[in-house]
Amino acid sequence: MTVADAVYDAKQDAFAPTSEAGPAAKRVVVAFGFWVFLLSDIVMFSALFAAYAALVRATAGGPTGAELFNQVNVAVQTACLLISSYTCGLMSLAVSARQRLNTYIFALVTFVLGAAFLYLEVHEFANMIARGAAPQRSAFLSAFFTLVGCHGLHVTAGLIWLAVMMAQVEFKGFRPSVDRRLLCFALFWHALDIIWVWLFTAVYLIGIRP
Amino acid sequence: MTDTLYDRAPGEISRTAEAQRLTLSDFGIYTVGFVLAVMLTAVSFWVANTSLLWAPGVAMGLVVLAIAQMGVHLVFFLHITTGPDNTNNVLALAFGVLIVLLVVVGSAWIMTNLNENLMPSQEQMNLHMQR
Repeated sequence: MTVADAVYDAKQDAFAPTSEAGPAAKRVVVAFGFWVFLLSDIVMFSALFAAYAALVRATAGGPTGAELFNQVNVAVQTACLLISSYTCGLMSLAVSARQRLNTYIFALVTFVLGAAFLYLEVHEFANMIARGAAPQRSAFLSAFFTLVGCHGLHVTAGLIWLAVMMAQVEFKGFRPSVDRRLLCFALFWHALDIIWVWLFTAVYLIGIRP
Repeated sequence: MTDTLYDRAPGEISRTAEAQRLTLSDFGIYTVGFVLAVMLTAVSFWVANTSLLWAPGVAMGLVVLAIAQMGVHLVFFLHITTGPDNTNNVLALAFGVLIVLLVVVGSAWIMTNLNENLMPSQEQMNLHMQR
């Protein structure tokens, strides 16, 4: 625990009026700002979801979702992302407890599971394009690749971010700035999992129903 | 009187008196959340594939399961609580949910109306069939 955190916790315990509190700790301000960014990111995803819902039947005589999607593949992808969200949480606990080895182990598991998810998604996309179901085939497929691909891009960015953070832990140690970034990364990774919950529900489970 | 001086950062486990009364450790919080999320996901996949349930109701059931799982993730992974130190986080979330609902429900509403009211016939003017 850093000195700033200790002071912060001590102040939390004191019963003083909010008006005398002064500015919030930088950790709180940074995480709240990132929280607002994540919510705006989710608003962007909501527009992509709405576009997908409007275009899901617009197959232009091409393949439909029911013909293209493999539910086993989706279930494995879901498992990868869900377990990686859990290990990301365990990594956050290791960071709070200043356990460097556990941080690396859980970060590695998170990274490998995220990479496995991404591999399955790229594999699925390549299969679809090989079968003539490319984004330009129909409005439905354009909407599908935009929505699912956008989530995939976020996961890719998350993986790069995680690798950079582990390098920072290695070379900079658990200093407050690194701590804040790790907190933001955990928020980002958990938010991606929430978006995936809606993706597999709306696209892969509801979207293929007649 | 529990006047908290500062807000709690989103994603941080709240250590208010309320939270400390619960006997769950931090590890326990994540584990309970993980087990609940796995159960809800498994139920979602089961509901989508079973023929036991009334088919027209399945889509609504899946949406309810997704909302429940989103709640589990928010509470157990993102540590959003109803505590006084989380007011700002919850308000931001509520505003985000409002905009998301406006975009998704509004788009679905308008597009359904367009499809039903503005199309002389399926063959003649079906936006859905346009290339």
